Amino acid sequence: MKLNGAQILCESLVKEGVEVIFGFPGGTLLPLYDVLAQYPQLRHILVRHEQGAAHAADGYARATGKVGVCLATSGPGACNLVTGIANAHLDSSPIVAITGQVARPFIGKDAFQEIDITGITVPITKHNYLVLRADDIATTVKEAFHIARSGRPGPVLLDIPRDVFIEEATFHYPEKVELRGYKPTVHGHVAQIKKAAKLINESNRPVILAGRGVIISGAYEELKELAEKAQIPVITTLLGISCFPEDHILSLGMLGMHGMACANLAVDATDLIIAIGMRFDDRATGRVSGFAPHAQVIHIDVDPAEIGKNVRVTVPIVGEVKNVLRVLNKQLDAQTHVDWMQQVEEWHREHPLVVSHESEKLLPQYVVSKICEVTKGDATIVTGVGQNQMWAAQHFCYQKPNSLISSGGLGTMGFELPAAIGAKVGRPEETVWAIAGDGGFQMTIQELGTAVQDKIAVKIAILNNGYLGMVRQWQALFYRRRYVATPLSGPDFVKVAEAYGLPGMRVTENSQVVPAIRKAMKHQGPFLIDFVIEPEENVYPMVAPGSTLAEILEDPRKKVEIKVKPRETSNL
Amino acid sequence: MTKHTLVALVEDKPGVLNRVTSLIRRRGFNIESLAVGHSELPGLSRMTIVVDGATTAVEQVRKQLEKVIEVVKLTDITEGHIIARELALIKVHATSATRSEIIQIVDIFRANIVDVSTDSLVVEATGDEEKIDSLYSLLKKFGIKELARTGRIALPRGGGGVI
Repeated sequence: MKLNGAQILCESLVKEGVEVIFGFPGGTLLPLYDVLAQYPQLRHILVRHEQGAAHAADGYARATGKVGVCLATSGPGACNLVTGIANAHLDSSPIVAITGQVARPFIGKDAFQEIDITGITVPITKHNYLVLRADDIATTVKEAFHIARSGRPGPVLLDIPRDVFIEEATFHYPEKVELRGYKPTVHGHVAQIKKAAKLINESNRPVILAGRGVIISGAYEELKELAEKAQIPVITTLLGISCFPEDHILSLGMLGMHGMACANLAVDATDLIIAIGMRFDDRATGRVSGFAPHAQVIHIDVDPAEIGKNVRVTVPIVGEVKNVLRVLNKQLDAQTHVDWMQQVEEWHREHPLVVSHESEKLLPQYVVSKICEVTKGDATIVTGVGQNQMWAAQHFCYQKPNSLISSGGLGTMGFELPAAIGAKVGRPEETVWAIAGDGGFQMTIQELGTAVQDKIAVKIAILNNGYLGMVRQWQALFYRRRYVATPLSGPDFVKVAEAYGLPGMRVTENSQVVPAIRKAMKHQGPFLIDFVIEPEENVYPMVAPGSTLAEILEDPRKKVEIKVKPRETSNL
Repeated sequence: MTKHTLVALVEDKPGVLNRVTSLIRRRGFNIESLAVGHSELPGLSRMTIVVDGATTAVEQVRKQLEKVIEVVKLTDITEGHIIARELALIKVHATSATRSEIIQIVDIFRANIVDVSTDSLVVEATGDEEKIDSLYSLLKKFGIKELARTGRIALPRGGGGVI
């Protein structure tokens, strides 16, 4: 039976198990939207800006492990996806972005709303396609989904001209993908794994640096087995948070610029780093020439290009984390590392995370820790970028696998709301909190309309300090408090929420925090809380740019109440 | 050895050259030359990329290029025995007074004169980069009007290939 290109696309998406498309229509997509109504199994969620569609697909993909799909028209629609695609690219998130293109006879003529989106997205996609025949759609969709989800996941873009949607062809969905130049290595090299096991068995002061690769691979149990069997402290990157329960005795939390002091000190002192599904980002390593000066490095990653890119590696292992750890764990001796664990515990005791200090104003750390308390950690946290992100990373105790969704590589302010919408669509039963700053939130604030129209019950906590807080913090610390272009007058967020049709509350005092969080959770739909916090609160600890991890600055103020993240008591 | 010769077999599809050059530019790799043409395999083109190992992390170039979906095979053939050649066309200013001297030089280099006019000669030379460089430097004093070089192409010696 002959179908038109639009129908072939929809049939192919159904074959791939797609349940939801985040999109925004336009001229070149009219033939597609016209047939979309025939496919009720493809839920379409209308965003308010295409960037929101890409972030929502990204949030959905991270929450479910499935491929997220976003859709935009040619020209400006496609261009508006770019930030979201780049975000997914840097954080290895599997999305398929579909864009309309002007009809084939108009391509290259600078037609109305024509843009070379495949050219634009070459450096920010894993792969992209300009589909020039309806006959090619099914094969291309099959390849796109395969590429997006396999190996190191990433975004794939399909650009489809308007007349290809109308052209008829026979629909046949291929069983297999034939890509000569794409065969990700999934199993680690046996001899390399053996070498790694020997290094681990001989190490006195090992640490594990676990990244998002552990989450992508679903290697939670394997990581735990490795850590417990050989008694190795587990440190995560920002995107590795929630790959290992933070209340576990071996958890040292996050490393890096705003990492836990004990984690950074342990990395500085270690003799062996077991890096798993992470890429030694500069925010994690500090000054790379002074990074882990005593350490040999075992690096396990599915992407060979990440190995040896930033730090010198002793034993490289290319493969999927889960497969590699399964083989590795069998070759490990049970260890205790008594002296090392005692040292690590001591650092942990001496450098706890300060939750509270003297302040008249509401503190963001307090807000985040109360969200953790009220939800009992049973929630998905989606953050913006900046101070709010760091407080959310530091002061929520992540116990559930894959419970933090954050923009790490690109650092995209405004990610939080649309990504939380995507995550909530992917996890309808789960509580999803977007933790936002007042600056970033205004970049995608219009997606409140999406949440209301499609009844997506995200809970939003704005940590409102009236500044672009992280930039202000750097101005305070490194530019003599010259606050240029960082004070920002926000709108009345409660009124904005009401205007969009969701309830909002303003919270200014400690005593109101828990009741407000409870009220938000009790409410059936989306809910916004504007937490008016101390304007000049800084994020600590901090490794200043150009410093090494050992040169970490801690909060200089008087500590009133010291509370570390709940953690099993050490029996050492 | 600072100069590395990488051979990429790539799918013969639109946009592949753009993907490769875009990646090289974006990662800040320094390439000396890049030559593209058909290979012996249907549907596959052969790119020969020369990279200066002193200024660029060759291993990163190799790994990043291998990630391009349409790059089917990438081999660094620097270490093996290879035959490397480049073709140059050089238009030299030539008068009746200098023409015979130029022809002598061209003969020594086993190059050919492929075009003659009243005030110029076009020389066709094949060889490795050093040979082309020295021919160029000898012809320079006569006045070079135009120079076109293909960049290196290379094959491993013996029976084996890059696949």
